Amino acid sequence: MTKTDPGSAPEIFDRQGWMGVLAKAAPARLAALFPDEPAHAMLRAPEVGAVMVRGHAGGTGAPFNLGEMTVTRCTLRLAGGQVGHAMVAGRDRVHARRAALVDALMQTDRAGAIRAAVLEPLVAEAAAARATRAAKAAATRVEFFTLVRGED
Amino acid sequence: MYVAVKGGERAIENAHAWLAEERRGDRAVPELTVAQIREQMALAVNRVMAEGSLYDPDLAALAIKQARGDLIEAIFLIRAYRTTLPRLGASRPVDTAAMACIRRISATFKDAPGGQVLGPTFDYTHRLLDFALMAECDVPPAPEASATPGPVPHITGFLNRDGLIQTEAAGEATPPDLTREPLELPASRPLRLQALARGDEGFLLGLAYSTQRGYARNHAFVGELRIGTVAVEVDIPELGFAIEVAEIELTECETVNQFAGSKTEPPQFTRGYGLVFGQTERKAISMALVDRALRWRELGEDFLGAAAQDEEFVLSHADNIQATGFLEHIKLPHYVDFQSELELVRRIRAEAELAQAQPEAAE
Repeated sequence: MTKTDPGSAPEIFDRQGWMGVLAKAAPARLAALFPDEPAHAMLRAPEVGAVMVRGHAGGTGAPFNLGEMTVTRCTLRLAGGQVGHAMVAGRDRVHARRAALVDALMQTDRAGAIRAAVLEPLVAEAAAARATRAAKAAATRVEFFTLVRGED
Repeated sequence: MYVAVKGGERAIENAHAWLAEERRGDRAVPELTVAQIREQMALAVNRVMAEGSLYDPDLAALAIKQARGDLIEAIFLIRAYRTTLPRLGASRPVDTAAMACIRRISATFKDAPGGQVLGPTFDYTHRLLDFALMAECDVPPAPEASATPGPVPHITGFLNRDGLIQTEAAGEATPPDLTREPLELPASRPLRLQALARGDEGFLLGLAYSTQRGYARNHAFVGELRIGTVAVEVDIPELGFAIEVAEIELTECETVNQFAGSKTEPPQFTRGYGLVFGQTERKAISMALVDRALRWRELGEDFLGAAAQDEEFVLSHADNIQATGFLEHIKLPHYVDFQSELELVRRIRAEAELAQAQPEAAE
């Protein structure tokens, strides 16, 4: 039910990955890593909207509508013709535009450089933040011990 | 006689200007920023997101600032804002089994795989005021320990393997949405869960407590309570695949309730379910208890006349914006309505006085 199988469509799997990284990035961090925006034509200017987030009844059963979240989407085209898409969390239009630009550039011969300069730091930082939270949670894990009982 | 009147424009403007000044409070005290509210009033922000039914911590913090800390007013602002947003799609149902948990406890299994992880909890605090917080004080970072990566399985899954707990029925791919169509009764469980997820915490807490005190007789165990982040995946139709657009924090509660069995079902455990935006565990537990109480019909139980079992009662009164809208409107001008009531009372009194006077005159 989750992502595309990496074996059957590696390009799509790769693109899903970077689009997700860009969507979840903090806008200020993406701006710092990718400050210069290349020339582009806007196909769909950044638009703020809502997505209905769904859950499963009982965690595994019938889908239900949990509530909405804000998102911003954008579609643009580079001078070379590559079309970039973005749908990012929150209401930051510049974030959506930058994410779409990176998505478009990842389809050009600059992909390797962009991956190293923008995506890899974002992935590493997200992993580090996640690891820190997991480590703090692990420190609050209860270690049970049994008290010595009288009857033995 | 109906007389249309107009007025109060200047009074309203001045009242709003004063409201803005009062909101700011003493200017000798630094103004709160939205980021400060988002970071340091996080549980208020979470409640506003959950009951405002819109996940956006910055907007919820702004609403709290604007509402002077009145959370229902803040929820009202968020509900009004969300109606202005175009709906750009719906997510795939979030996979809470893959949640990156910061808290995960079970009241039913001590040695649950994945362990009892307390997380940043108020439980076991002494509820003594910490006067140190009256001064600015730096907080040291929390201790860390080595973590085992990987998903933490749901505890009800273990009971399910032995067939001791009822399985969740699959449903339609597109659930009903009460923000689009008016609520119709009887409501399906997905519709009830949507209404409960955005319902008032205090109302659901009271109802859940009533089930514990014996109204509906549903002794619940917290099979599992977990808080953490999940990925929100949305299909992008132009591209033909889904992407993760966000990671959001959720609280999930699964209760395990005894069930004596019915004509068609063997004795087994049944479930109540709570899922709420943010760190909102009181609400999630309440939601699970009320969800379970509302399931009497599908489980073949008796209706005991308890409020928590009555879906018309629960679903029609759980929304605090509907409730406060109707409640607070009675303070707005009702001059004409009241005028007619006044005339009616005067006429009845006059008739009664006349009736009293007449027998005397006849004598």
